[in-house]
Amino acid sequence: MMKNGTTVIRKPRKNPYRWLIYIALVLLYVWAFSGVPFTGFKETAGQIMRSIVAGIFSPDWNYVYLPEGEDLLRGLMDTLAISILGTVISAVICIPFAFWAARNISRFRFISGSGKMVLSFIRTFPEIIMALLFIKAVGPGSFAGVLALGLNSIGMLGKLYADEVEAIDPGPSEALMASGANRLQQLWYAVVPQVLPGFLNYTLYRFEINVRSATILGVIGAGGIGTPLIFALSTRNWPRVGIILLGIIVMITIIDLISGYIRKKLV
Amino acid sequence: MIELHNVSKVYPNNTKGLNNINLRFDKGEFVAVVGLSGAGKSTLLRSINRLHDISEGEILIEGKSITAAKGKALRLIRRDIGMIFQSFNLVKRSSVLRNVLAGRVGYHSTLRTLLGRFPKSDIELAFEALERVNISEKAYTRADQLSGGQQQRVAIARVLAQEAKIILADEPVASLDPLTTKQVMDDLKRINSELGITMIVNLHFIDLAREYATRIVGLRAGEVVFDGPVSEATDERFAEIYGRPIQQDELLGEVTTA
Amino acid sequence: MKTPLPTSAKSAIHPSKPPTRMKHGLTAVIILVLIWASAVQTEASFSKLVIGLPNMLDLLRDMFPPRWSYFKNITNGMLETIRMALIGTTIGGLLAIPVAVLCAGNLMPSRWIYFPARFVLNLVRTIPDLLLAALFVAVFGLGPVPGILALAVFSVGLIAKLTYESLETIDKGPLEAMRSVGATGTQLIIFGVVPQVAAQFTSYVLYCFEINVRAAAILGLVGAGGIGLYYEATLGFLEYDKTSVIILFTLAIVLVIDYVSMKLREKLL
Repeated sequence: MMKNGTTVIRKPRKNPYRWLIYIALVLLYVWAFSGVPFTGFKETAGQIMRSIVAGIFSPDWNYVYLPEGEDLLRGLMDTLAISILGTVISAVICIPFAFWAARNISRFRFISGSGKMVLSFIRTFPEIIMALLFIKAVGPGSFAGVLALGLNSIGMLGKLYADEVEAIDPGPSEALMASGANRLQQLWYAVVPQVLPGFLNYTLYRFEINVRSATILGVIGAGGIGTPLIFALSTRNWPRVGIILLGIIVMITIIDLISGYIRKKLV
Repeated sequence: MIELHNVSKVYPNNTKGLNNINLRFDKGEFVAVVGLSGAGKSTLLRSINRLHDISEGEILIEGKSITAAKGKALRLIRRDIGMIFQSFNLVKRSSVLRNVLAGRVGYHSTLRTLLGRFPKSDIELAFEALERVNISEKAYTRADQLSGGQQQRVAIARVLAQEAKIILADEPVASLDPLTTKQVMDDLKRINSELGITMIVNLHFIDLAREYATRIVGLRAGEVVFDGPVSEATDERFAEIYGRPIQQDELLGEVTTA
Repeated sequence: MKTPLPTSAKSAIHPSKPPTRMKHGLTAVIILVLIWASAVQTEASFSKLVIGLPNMLDLLRDMFPPRWSYFKNITNGMLETIRMALIGTTIGGLLAIPVAVLCAGNLMPSRWIYFPARFVLNLVRTIPDLLLAALFVAVFGLGPVPGILALAVFSVGLIAKLTYESLETIDKGPLEAMRSVGATGTQLIIFGVVPQVAAQFTSYVLYCFEINVRAAAILGLVGAGGIGLYYEATLGFLEYDKTSVIILFTLAIVLVIDYVSMKLREKLL
């Protein structure tokens, strides 16, 4: 092969540290798997699994509506209400945060940088922990869930809003300034129309997430459908678990469809 | 009337944008500002309505110093100076009418404009302005659905609705094709002659400058190197402004005479 | 052309009326009613918040200074959390590959395959991870295994969704070239598809890992292992200064992992 040719095409050398990375990965997995006790399943696991599946396929339809309350519909409504209110609260509160964190609004980099840091700090806080704290403040119930979602969503929404603000075209603001408009008028006529569809889009997106979060807040007593679900699980009332799961899946699917439809129309 | 007295502008990185400029523009003039890119054309225009602050000297608009003006006073002076941009600077998602009405916000209280309650006379004014540039049938269309030439005409309508006495146009036709270029320049010329609005236009194409302007100002490295009527702006003088002979891409070509 | 139009012609040229304000008004009313109804349903009240705030301040005061000595009690829990996230993400990522291919409209021959596949995927994605964990705890008993399974199922949903969406945007050219040399379906995917999405896929797995670390930190609340177990223990005994150690430790780990993962993802793309 090399006999007649003066030019030899060499295979490019690969990164010599590649195998180090592979070894590190293997060690990581060995460490991870060795620490997990994969033995000691409950012998009843298979049987319970079958009961749950049976429960899902023969749900407790009577639970959908009970005249005396505490039924599926009311639980779902509560969940929905928590997520709507939580989303609205955060969508309003995060606006000043977004302008604080947007690079093109503040004159100095450290101002927007600090805003971004605050937002990412809020974001790292799990909402369920926030709910635990709010339960201490306002007592167990839906309102604690609302506050937890409302505060927690600021982190993500503020970040997304800030990205939207950073993407605006400064031209219209300049044109408004040239025509003698003051700061507020520039904001209202040049910035707001540009960011509003994006804000609404992200708010709906966050709403979809919040509905999911709100279904689990009940696990710690912050309202919604999670409370009866945990109760049904611990009392092994599988048909009821089935109907609640079904209810959650149907509600979230419908909300995703509606929200997705509106979002598609916005863009 | 616009007067520039000893105006200089130094950028933070120490490059000189404008160097000791003295100019006077009278009411009703159609002035074309020409020069290479980077010669300071845009800086000059943006200094007049103080989108850029100048480092030295003073600029007077109708005898009032815009250089010293602050807050409300500055906004009142700016209200009389319309500006047209190369990239149109419309709010793309808003309707044409709303974009034109945005030119009126300087006339009303903040609260009133935030509520969007423009008086009927403003809306009539906006429609008149749109008719003047032949685009009134698009009033309720979203701005991003118009072509570039149409968008620039909306921007002109915005300035008309603003009832500006002076119009600054910063490369108004640079992003347009030759045919729409002619339409937009015709609009500007008509507005200048019919309404007597002072027009100061930055232009890249020197044949356009010759055809439409009554007076040409040539800039080179932030200094005025030519100021006179079109008749004096011969090819030789242009070569001096540019520091080299005229090149083909500085001529728009035949369309303007069509 | 220059003459102003006579007034009679004006109305003909204006597209009659501006779009009605009705629609906007109606939307506003619906939204306000929704908010109001939600406030009633959740018994939200501003006064309750104001009255409750001092309680929360007391709580925060009890949390500080954190009892740092508690740190060594929870390191094992934290390591378990990371293990759970790592294994859960890995299993989920591997399972997500065939699922994503099944959902991709440009790789599957018929919509009778990818529509049902997407439907099932969307159903799986409706169930939050903590809920999955609660279910798996009921089946398998307490411990990290149900947590891992919950994270794995959740990861399949997320990674498969993101991956099939990027699969659908791949360049068709290489696929045609592979077909023209007579490649089989599997060869087509290995030589024509994988090189195009491998980097994105890895990035999605890392992103999912970030999410899973956060999720794994709270799965303990339903008994599914990890550091979350310790919340109940400390909160139940009102040892808030220990709780704050858990929270701070979790935040620190999450931030470090986010940072590392973000750097890796930047390198990938």
